[in-house]
Amino acid sequence: MKLKFWGVRGSIPSPGEKTVRYGGNTTCIEIRTDANELIILDGGTGIFPLAQTLLKELPVKAHIFNTHSHWDHIQGLPFFIPIFIPGNTIRLYAAFDPISGEGAERIMNVQLQYSFFPVREAEMKSRFEYVALMPNEAVEVGAAKITPILLSHPVVNLGYRIDCNGKSVFFTGDHEPHFNIYDAGDDEYAEYQALIEEQRQSILDAIRGVDVIVADCAYTIEEYPAKKGWGHGTFDSSIQLAKDAGAKILYCTHHEPTRSDDDLERVFAEALARQAGISEGLDIRLAKEGAELVL
Amino acid sequence: MTESSSELTKKLSEAVEKMPAFPKSVQRILELSREINCPPKELVMVIEKDPVMTMKLLRILNSAYYSFPKQITSVNQSVVYLGLNTIKNMALSFAAMGSLPQQNAAGFDVQKYLMHSLTTASFARALCLKYGHDDTDPADCYIAGLLHDFGKVVFAQFMAEEFKEALARSAEQSIPLHVAEQQIIGTDHTVVGGMLVEKWQFPKQLTENIRNHHGAASPSNTVQCCLFAANQISKKLGLGNGGNPVVAALPSALVEYFEGDLDAVIAGLGDISKLASEAQVFAQVSKES
Repeated sequence: MKLKFWGVRGSIPSPGEKTVRYGGNTTCIEIRTDANELIILDGGTGIFPLAQTLLKELPVKAHIFNTHSHWDHIQGLPFFIPIFIPGNTIRLYAAFDPISGEGAERIMNVQLQYSFFPVREAEMKSRFEYVALMPNEAVEVGAAKITPILLSHPVVNLGYRIDCNGKSVFFTGDHEPHFNIYDAGDDEYAEYQALIEEQRQSILDAIRGVDVIVADCAYTIEEYPAKKGWGHGTFDSSIQLAKDAGAKILYCTHHEPTRSDDDLERVFAEALARQAGISEGLDIRLAKEGAELVL
Repeated sequence: MTESSSELTKKLSEAVEKMPAFPKSVQRILELSREINCPPKELVMVIEKDPVMTMKLLRILNSAYYSFPKQITSVNQSVVYLGLNTIKNMALSFAAMGSLPQQNAAGFDVQKYLMHSLTTASFARALCLKYGHDDTDPADCYIAGLLHDFGKVVFAQFMAEEFKEALARSAEQSIPLHVAEQQIIGTDHTVVGGMLVEKWQFPKQLTENIRNHHGAASPSNTVQCCLFAANQISKKLGLGNGGNPVVAALPSALVEYFEGDLDAVIAGLGDISKLASEAQVFAQVSKES
């Protein structure tokens, strides 16, 4: 299995000289199975440069797994050129949204509106299919098994575990560790804490023993209190997650759009130093546009 | 009643989707939704005090769209699974349907019904905490109490004429409302309430508990024991009104379970004014609405 980062920035594309080393595109990860089947995790703006490379290998068969419907994870999809080319097959997998009552199809039809984009949904000439996913129910792409896992974010967010021939990768999408909504003195505190613990365990059970975790590390622990409830993790919470899951490699991603490369390296080094006590045996890296890993 | 049960289930479940929630909770949800930092626990408190919102929320969470490892019975569980913002927006969409009118064609007072449901829920939870001797979750008693009479509000909205007649007969002849419903409608609120939660894939046990809440000669679990007693206590103390004038005595199995009759159980609950006043505050229609 191979993994390549095409977008590692959170929230909004952030090009410029201060982000040139790690990259300014929003979330997109390319996964290739051993048989070269194409799995794409999220269609942030990083999917556009990925699309350029695919034009050499037509017809394209792409399996795009969307973690959630926020802009930074879908914005590149209308620019994923293979969707307009006859003969290609694109399958978009996503969760059902309980607010709109719709699934994956809404991600495209909301964006392909004439006022916002010149091409209509009906003009996508590829074979475009939508698949509604349910938490914990795995789907197969060739020899790979992809298991959606419900995480914690303001909209429904599915993390994806990909297993292929004994190797495995887990991508969180956006995830903030659950926190208690009650105060310690409230009657409901203990009951809520038990529900959180149960959910934390079920996430850990689902990702245990995975080789690589790519996790949302948007904030530092100093920044987090002001952004509690916004749906993102910290370097420290993701290191803890990777350690508890027994992962070998952790890639920190969803870099803050205002964070320069120098600052990113500085806060990363601080987190590593702070977590040195628990992170032994865990290889922790900053996700970088263009970086590849062969498993 | 001429329709088959599956046709009726379909018709009623579609109707419930359009059913508005209670005025006070609609008003509170609209207020809370305007606060960017709305206190999460307050939001939960509003939803879990409204049988219509709770029903609708659990209906979606237990639907085939999510295959959660276990069925969801509490609003807090929903928040842990789907996140506060999603639950807030779902509540907002329920609130957008307006409020249940206080006056309906059946002459059924929905505020008094709400007060009866809330006090039954609180008493059932309190009884479970005091008398439960297995691992029954008191939250299961609360939800059973909150939803036990849901069938009545469905009748009031969608079979108003027949339900009005049943209410009148129950009052005139001092017979239990569910008996009058069976005579006039051909089914009763325990069947309709149970049918809906069954269709929406709520936990089987909750379906059974709603269905059996008037047949507790041999209650088969802690929730049924607590629900039966709580329902009678709420009626006996006149806290709200679910339209049933008959307070049933505790059957012998329950006298044994609670080690005393209904009066003894009421005395054993101690000062219930706190439980009752919390419900009262919520069930009242505010001046603004």
